[in-house]
Amino acid sequence: MFDIFGYQFMQNALLAGLLASIACGIIGAYVVSKKIVFISGGIAHASFGGIGLGYFLGISPVLGATGFGLLSAIAMGLTTRRIKLPEDTVIGILWAAGMALGAIFIGLTPGYTTDLFSYLFGNILTVPDSELLLILILDVVILGVVALLYKEFLAVSFDEEYSTVIGMPTEKIYLTMLCLIALTIVVMIRVVGIILVIALLTIPASLARQFTHDMKKMMALSVLFSVIFTFTGLMLSYWLDLASGATIIITGVVIFTLVIAIRKLISSRGLPSKKM
Amino acid sequence: MVKEKEIVKFKNVWAYYNHHPALQDINFSIHENDFLGIIGPNGGGKTTLLKIMLCLLKPRRGTVTVLGKNPCESRSQIGYVPQKSYFDKNFPIDVWQVTLMGLYSQTGIFRRYSREDKKKAEEALERVSMLEYKNRQIGELSGGQQKRVFIARALASDPKLLLLDEPMESVDPKVQGELYELLKELQREMAIVLVSHDVTAISIYVDEIACLNQTLVYHGTKEISDEVLEGTYQCPIHLIAHGTVPHRVLKEHE
Repeated sequence: MFDIFGYQFMQNALLAGLLASIACGIIGAYVVSKKIVFISGGIAHASFGGIGLGYFLGISPVLGATGFGLLSAIAMGLTTRRIKLPEDTVIGILWAAGMALGAIFIGLTPGYTTDLFSYLFGNILTVPDSELLLILILDVVILGVVALLYKEFLAVSFDEEYSTVIGMPTEKIYLTMLCLIALTIVVMIRVVGIILVIALLTIPASLARQFTHDMKKMMALSVLFSVIFTFTGLMLSYWLDLASGATIIITGVVIFTLVIAIRKLISSRGLPSKKM
Repeated sequence: MVKEKEIVKFKNVWAYYNHHPALQDINFSIHENDFLGIIGPNGGGKTTLLKIMLCLLKPRRGTVTVLGKNPCESRSQIGYVPQKSYFDKNFPIDVWQVTLMGLYSQTGIFRRYSREDKKKAEEALERVSMLEYKNRQIGELSGGQQKRVFIARALASDPKLLLLDEPMESVDPKVQGELYELLKELQREMAIVLVSHDVTAISIYVDEIACLNQTLVYHGTKEISDEVLEGTYQCPIHLIAHGTVPHRVLKEHE
């Protein structure tokens, strides 16, 4: 039953899953706590423009998504703050604009675009060594920046107004955080794809929040949950012959729902007098 | 009597908000160990006034000095306690991490909090009697306790000026009294400015009162000393104050 681990593609898949979980567990803790799920979803979808551009220019679509993702992160961060329009309106517009650009670039690219589906929904079983290296480098960058700016990220997430008052370069810190989200999305492309990535940025972190109110512990737990979802989903998809990215997400959703339901049951039985 | 060191000075200050004057020709000074309450209706310019002192906004005309310098240069010596309602009660952060935040201006970007910083944060929590709650999530605490933690965060950097924005909002009268006791104690070491739209928030603990509605009317301490505890108060609006915390009454503006 476990002989599948002997295969190179499976080892690469597991390694990619582990590395991706580290990034999305840590960054997901910020996404959930700062309530920037929608803007993160926007960055993820907008980075599809970069995938199209990658095809069009004949370079790696993942590289294209990296550049485009960073650009759209900064564009979203600046426009949602500086333009006098509701934040969700701006996100919605940029979200669709990025995807539309991607579709145009792909249309302009001669020939058949292979792999397109796997960028959208992930295909963890086809991670080449070169991409593993890219994921590793991005992981190191993400971890390094979070270690350097830990107290700044915490302050800006908790209370931006106060952070500005005490002299933090709040906007730059926020933009840096959005850029890390963009890099995390690139890391996740192979695992779950840009359409499903938002689930792995939110479910593990939100589940972790159920067990702790400490940001560092939340990050650690969130990484652990993400690893569990990815590995379980990967195995299930292999044995049941299902799409890997989608199976990972559904695994996460099912475990999340069960944990929330069980906790609700325990708390309502254990403390019958406590109000809802 | 020798007047104490001047902490804040506004001289002919004008500020605009969306082309409307928010502050018109504001003149006042705050000295060491002053406890000033600024009251006025919403939109009367209280927030603008605070923002100018906190270096978030530059006045259109006039000069503002904080500790003899431009407000931006003395930022590290100003403690600020924001309005309670702005943060997410569910945010994963404990009392300890919130308090440490107050030391940012001294620690600086990229650096970790030093052992000295941690000692200061501990002392600040001790002063507001919240050290035992150090590891509690901030949203789990009562409104009054949260306020104490935010005061500790402001105290951590040893400020010379403490600014409080609507500190008594949604805090019950008993706790208000306790908070005033605390502020009274802190007043020995710093100047305190409290800003509120609610007249009942200004108790007898506050030494001086100014009414702000674009223009500032200063009520000296003497005027108030012989006043009764309850009654009407006329600033720009008509209000009646009740509550267990004794309140003072102001005469009409001339």
